[in-house]
Amino acid sequence: MTPAGPQKQYFDSLAAGSFRIQRCEACARHVFYPRIQCPHCGADRLSWTLASGLGTVYSATVFRRRPADGGDQQIALIDLDEGVRMMSRVEGIEPGAVRIGLRVQARISEQDGAPLVVFDPLEG
Amino acid sequence: MAHPLRGRTAIAGVGQAGFPDATGFTEMEILTQAALAACADAGIGLAEVDGLATCSVTSGMWPMAVAESLGIRPRFLDGTMIGGSSFIAHLLPSMLALDAGLCETVLVCYGSTQRSATGGRAAIAAARKAMDPQPWEHPYGPATPAPSYALAAARHMHQYGTTREQLAEVAVAARQWAQLNPEAFARDPLTIADVLGARMVADPLTVRDCCLVTDGAGAFILTRAERARGLARPPVYVLGNATATWHRQISSLADLTVTAASESGSRAFEMAGIRAGDADVVALYDAFTINTILFLEDLGFCPKGEGGRFVADGAIAPGGRLAVNTNGGGLSCIHPGMYGIFLVIEAVRQLRGECGERQVADAQIAVVNGNGGVLSSQSTAVLGSAATL
Repeated sequence: MTPAGPQKQYFDSLAAGSFRIQRCEACARHVFYPRIQCPHCGADRLSWTLASGLGTVYSATVFRRRPADGGDQQIALIDLDEGVRMMSRVEGIEPGAVRIGLRVQARISEQDGAPLVVFDPLEG
Repeated sequence: MAHPLRGRTAIAGVGQAGFPDATGFTEMEILTQAALAACADAGIGLAEVDGLATCSVTSGMWPMAVAESLGIRPRFLDGTMIGGSSFIAHLLPSMLALDAGLCETVLVCYGSTQRSATGGRAAIAAARKAMDPQPWEHPYGPATPAPSYALAAARHMHQYGTTREQLAEVAVAARQWAQLNPEAFARDPLTIADVLGARMVADPLTVRDCCLVTDGAGAFILTRAERARGLARPPVYVLGNATATWHRQISSLADLTVTAASESGSRAFEMAGIRAGDADVVALYDAFTINTILFLEDLGFCPKGEGGRFVADGAIAPGGRLAVNTNGGGLSCIHPGMYGIFLVIEAVRQLRGECGERQVADAQIAVVNGNGGVLSSQSTAVLGSAATL
């Protein structure tokens, strides 16, 4: 594999079907988004780990765009069970029905030819 | 012991131009008009300006363009761009430069024709996406700030029981102040029901929870206190200033109900030797109604989580318990892209007693809080009259 920075490695991995996040070998905390160094402790020894994909909605909104601009767009902040947060959206449910605290599961989708992590509500 | 920078510098003049609509004028032209107005207010000539602090949303090399256009060769230059709080954050480096004798007269200035510039907004948004990529957020939609602030509002409502009616109180209070300000852009009556019933932009924020889009330019002159005392207007002393930045993207703010104003505020208050309760007049960057609630909490005007209840029943409207955003704020007075400099201008006018119908009686201490990005950067300033020295 040709050398690449963490951002390219992340998206290459997504394109290959794996949602991986970083974990700091020094302080053992998970890291998102991917970086060269740990934002918690400053160490530069980060390794990749497969994300569980399980998370909880920390906050949610619906961006009310005109139909010509794409229509209503659900936007959520998801706290992954690993303890990191990411922006995403919850699909498979009415945009306005996405509540804070909802348990969700990650899925790799595609948008404009690029892989993208989205979430579905967890059953039950 | 008082902080060595407390009261060492003063705002000697302020100026505005080009608002709410500067059709036919460029940003540089209205910025220049505001700068000249600030110089005239202070009773100095433009040629005396030897320090410059300015920045632009779109131009990365803006300070050079401003110096060139004004025909000045500044010995001190600050082009720090951290969004709408920049023009508050420009205070501290300017104070240090003045105090060290590196320059004599700093011009802080800004101008935007965001409203009248035709056809450019979509192109500018696309260019910013390309030039300042945010691959962790842009694919999900929020290339404009509203959804990020909506996420903060939704979390505050969830965590503390804040209601949409309480958010609307902030917009209604701002409108009532604007009705006392002949310069304000939006002066029609506004009720809580109007705010709740307006077009939804990003749940729970309607278009009336969001700031205006106007043109406008603002400027102020900062100089050492002893020099300011010999100029045309009563000096407004800078008692304290501090800036804090915690994130760029809303997904990187750990707790969406606590902003960096909690840090900038405590540092600025420490420099000034005041508490929140000492403020006679307060100017908070109200890009969205949730901002005012968050900053009232973070600056210590009420406990965390109580901001919604604090603003209820007209408490920050004219005649309320605390005079907040007396010009009408970004919600009802003016908001040309970045609003921060107008917080300073209104505070100066209040402390000089020039505010007519909206004048706060015996205003001696003003607390100003600028916000930039998506709650990302916060800069707090404490300004005072001669009586506070």
